[in-house]
Amino acid sequence: MNPLDGNAMAGDLRELFTVDVTAARYTCAGCGHADAVATLILWGQEMGQVGRCPHCTDVVVRVVQAPDRVFLDLRGSVRLELPLAGS
Amino acid sequence: MARAALPGRLTWRAATLTEERWESATARTLVLDVPDWPGHLPGQHIDVRLTAPDGYRAQRSYSIASAWESKTVELTVQRVDDGEVSPYLTDTLQIGEQLELRGPVGGWFVWRETQQTPVLLVAGGSGVVPLMAMIRARGAAKNKTPFRLIYSVRTPGDACYADELARRVRDDPGLDVKFVYTRKTPDGWPAPPKRIDVATINSYGWPAEFTPDCYVCGPTTFVEAAADILVALGHDPKRIRTERFGGTS
Repeated sequence: MNPLDGNAMAGDLRELFTVDVTAARYTCAGCGHADAVATLILWGQEMGQVGRCPHCTDVVVRVVQAPDRVFLDLRGSVRLELPLAGS
Repeated sequence: MARAALPGRLTWRAATLTEERWESATARTLVLDVPDWPGHLPGQHIDVRLTAPDGYRAQRSYSIASAWESKTVELTVQRVDDGEVSPYLTDTLQIGEQLELRGPVGGWFVWRETQQTPVLLVAGGSGVVPLMAMIRARGAAKNKTPFRLIYSVRTPGDACYADELARRVRDDPGLDVKFVYTRKTPDGWPAPPKRIDVATINSYGWPAEFTPDCYVCGPTTFVEAAADILVALGHDPKRIRTERFGGTS
């Protein structure tokens, strides 16, 4: 199976957040690499996705969709830097 | 440019197929009527969701091919023969029928008219779709930003938008298009088939000193090869935006 990238997470994340998180900049907890969430290497299907750092391949973000809730695991990201509207 | 997405969370909505066009033997453009569409930026995509009678669902992302200046939402879908979703969209969905979508989404792989630097677009197969939206938006706005597209296809018959690209090269000042054929070239083409390589991007892209914004879209292996070449040629990785898709080119 070919991986996708973080661009493909935009819809799922946009159901949770009112801003586009794929344009946010993550900092990887494993290696310190920082880039747009859109650049993460994305594995998985609609019920569960894993975004890995393209630099060190550590897991940066997990999104798991259950029928009645979503689990978002960001422990692989030291921080997210989000551009504010109009910037 | 008051066309940013409305605040609030995104939801699924129904769209109706109103027109269709075949761009190649295996790629179909779907023109969709989406009530209350908020508009979109070139490069953004939508998610399509299909639900089977037994409740099984499949969801895929598709780039928007049209510029919002044309007030249409168009997708160009490449049929993946063993795919779950694309054969339905290319071969089964009829005019007047509906599908579920949400969007527009994605704020990173987009081109904004306010960007000041030249643009290099590198497309592998149906990766041309979001790049075509950028070309169309530029043309509709009569924007003068220099654009170059390097478009890799297997054979001449696999090229989407070939006629429109030829017309735009003539009518949209500052747009250049270079085709690369990987399996079969047109008759009389001066070189044998080949993949995009350093020489291609060096000859038909922009020099790194111009600090162009580079957009690369295609299958994963294509995207990685093209992005590596750009970095090797001295382009700033921060100016290289990539989008990869799962199907083969």
